[in-house]
Amino acid sequence: MDVFGSFALVLALVCAVYAFVGGIAAIVTRHPLLVKSTRQAGIATCCLVFLATLSLEYLFFSDNFSNAYVVSHSNRDLSTFFKIAALWSGQEGSLLFWSFLLSIYVFSVLIAYRNKNGELMPYVGVVMAGVQIFFLTLNNFVESPFKALAAPGAGGVLSYVARADGNGLNPLLQYPEMVIHPPNLYSGYTGFTIPFAFALGALLARYPGEKWIHLTRRWTMIAWMFQSVGILLGAHWAYAVLGWGGYWGWDPVENASLLPWLTGTAFLHSVMMQEKRGMMKVWNVWLVFATFLMCILGTFLTRSGVVSSVHAFAQSNLGNWFVGFIAIVLLVCLGAYLKNRDYLKSENQLDSIVSRESSFLFNNLLFLVACVAILSGTLFPVFSEWFTGDRISVGAPFFNKVNIPIGLLILFLTGVGPLLAWRNTSTESLKRNFGLPLAIGIAAGAIAFVLGFRELYSLACLVLCVFVAATIVLEFYRGAKVIRARSGASFAACAIDLTMRNTRRYGGYIVHMGMVFVFIGLAGAAFNRDIQQDMRIGQTMQIGPYTLLLQGFDAKPEKNYTAQRMLVEVLRDNKPLMMLYPEKRRFQANEQNGTMVAIYSTLKEDLYVVYAGENPETQMPVIHAFLNPLVKWIWFGGVFVVFGTLVALLPNRRAVLVLAGAQQPLTQHLQPGLTPSVTLREGHD
Amino acid sequence: MKKQTKFGVGISVIVIALGFLAWLGYGESKTYYHTIAELQTLTGSARSQRMRVGGTVAAGSIHRLSGRVDFVLEGEGKALPVTYIGSDPLPDTFVDKSQALVEGRPASDGRFVAEHVQAKCASKYEAAPAGGAASGSSPQSSM
Repeated sequence: MDVFGSFALVLALVCAVYAFVGGIAAIVTRHPLLVKSTRQAGIATCCLVFLATLSLEYLFFSDNFSNAYVVSHSNRDLSTFFKIAALWSGQEGSLLFWSFLLSIYVFSVLIAYRNKNGELMPYVGVVMAGVQIFFLTLNNFVESPFKALAAPGAGGVLSYVARADGNGLNPLLQYPEMVIHPPNLYSGYTGFTIPFAFALGALLARYPGEKWIHLTRRWTMIAWMFQSVGILLGAHWAYAVLGWGGYWGWDPVENASLLPWLTGTAFLHSVMMQEKRGMMKVWNVWLVFATFLMCILGTFLTRSGVVSSVHAFAQSNLGNWFVGFIAIVLLVCLGAYLKNRDYLKSENQLDSIVSRESSFLFNNLLFLVACVAILSGTLFPVFSEWFTGDRISVGAPFFNKVNIPIGLLILFLTGVGPLLAWRNTSTESLKRNFGLPLAIGIAAGAIAFVLGFRELYSLACLVLCVFVAATIVLEFYRGAKVIRARSGASFAACAIDLTMRNTRRYGGYIVHMGMVFVFIGLAGAAFNRDIQQDMRIGQTMQIGPYTLLLQGFDAKPEKNYTAQRMLVEVLRDNKPLMMLYPEKRRFQANEQNGTMVAIYSTLKEDLYVVYAGENPETQMPVIHAFLNPLVKWIWFGGVFVVFGTLVALLPNRRAVLVLAGAQQPLTQHLQPGLTPSVTLREGHD
Repeated sequence: MKKQTKFGVGISVIVIALGFLAWLGYGESKTYYHTIAELQTLTGSARSQRMRVGGTVAAGSIHRLSGRVDFVLEGEGKALPVTYIGSDPLPDTFVDKSQALVEGRPASDGRFVAEHVQAKCASKYEAAPAGGAASGSSPQSSM
């Protein structure tokens, strides 16, 4: 199977090269057969990558310990679930997985648009094939996952050897989040290739109008959604597994995942400027380019070890390949831009500082400044070494100092931006739209202040969260009221109807609401508390309203590891509440340890209990307990963000012309899309 | 005032304010990276800076005492005695022969006093697979 996989990879590279070279020839000659054959070569590339990935997975499932990658990342006792995840647990497999996910996107694009956009698709195909060539080159020649173990036998001839068992999977990765987090994040990273390919293709082809933006909106949103979920799952994994009580530590690899998310979010907003007003064309094109470059840079940071991080301690020669690829992409983008920049002329100018346009402008500015700050902080050791010879790194205080104010300003714009009018907003409408939410926000802030919520940033965050939430709720209420006046249905039904008529607008509001929840959770971090104590059986410790009583400990042998469990009873007001079982796991295959945090999570706060090992002097177990307020809101917000994005991906249900006197909602009886609306605003807003 | 000027002023205020904050944060958290060999050649004020030093934990050198953990880092043929005084428990991956990154300041007696320790097991795996996963075993302040 390893030979099969290697062959599939080589053939995939050959097909990708044909799709690239043939694609360029097809663009020059415009020969229809050539266009068709390069498209099919693109599809074949993807299928071959699928086969290669499946064959590596087959090696894992058949416990083939003659394959070096399988030996390093699996063992016989590893459960099925984690054998799937073992595919992306190391360098070679991760890069193959990158190619695999990219191929899913490329395959879908090539199939979906096979008979459409004939002018544009050859260009898009060439760009996608170019990206595939790079990763397939790495898969084939630099980091092949199909290396077999071999040892010199009699006469010095190399022959295959197989081990009886593998080294097992890194215990830090043996958690359910770790099975779903990388695919999500990688789907984000790879997914931004599609808008990039369309943007670059459209620029090269001088493809008229804003068509490429309409074509890629959904692809961008899908990639963005995966990226968001991936980041949050990573944070949740860090929180639940690493046992230091936090979810975000500004580690280079965390930062790397945030960078394309920031530029991608900026892009999702600023395209609206181009669609509505024909502005910011150059900006948008460069935002997509930047997002794609950040994805490649993120993969590079994770994979090369250029910035030391827990993820990427080991140095690797992969770095040069990535630097080369980034340089080529940058040159191509720059060349295409310089050659065809006249095609990106803006049609309008900014009219007023209090307008939708300017709120988008500031939104973009803030996202970009955040991106630049995080990027420079992350790469600081590299650059400082170049310029001064000293390798200097910056830590959490640097990132927090810059990004917390940026986050708050963006949060403010989240509430304000969508309600400002295009071009110019009157004072009258400002009062109407923001008077009530602002009052509610300030009132909530005052109450929180009285209750002891006195950290400046957290208080500001809370006021803004309530303000933004109020503007969103008010928007739904106003829209639903209009529909209700006509249909007479319940408010909930009207709100759903409203959302379905303009999924992009109201889905967007739901995403914003999700972000409000995330911010509420982040604001809680200022009030985290923790306590660490040696505990005798029967002894108690107090944190906040909770009393922790150590009842005992036991050892629980499992298939793959042995767990040392603490039995901790949680009491509140001297009433038993529940049992928590923080544990340490000892994995037999590689003699590594893992921590399993026990968390009792409520909307108000998380009680987070870690078994921190045994105190060598007293031989007593050490319990480290944290009280982290509001953390649950972050994960809850994440769910909202996904839901909102899915809503925004739905096609609009066409509103129906309601004739006077008609009482029943006609929409239910008509095929969607039959009757155009004249009474309600349509489309994107 | 012209529109463009207004936007220019608004943008500059934001960028300059954030730049100032960045500069503050930089001063507060900048950390030099040195190898063990370099550390021994440093003199004067360079010795009292906050720094990170990487190396391999010498086998059998970990001694857990009350309130501190002593161990020896090795690299490039040199050895550096380290005392960890942080409050957070050491990561699970911190064992003999693991790669470790310590953060702190050198003391006058030649020991290195560490406040943070990150560690990665010496076995062959190349670390967590994907991007967004977290800051490993380093106990740092979160947002």
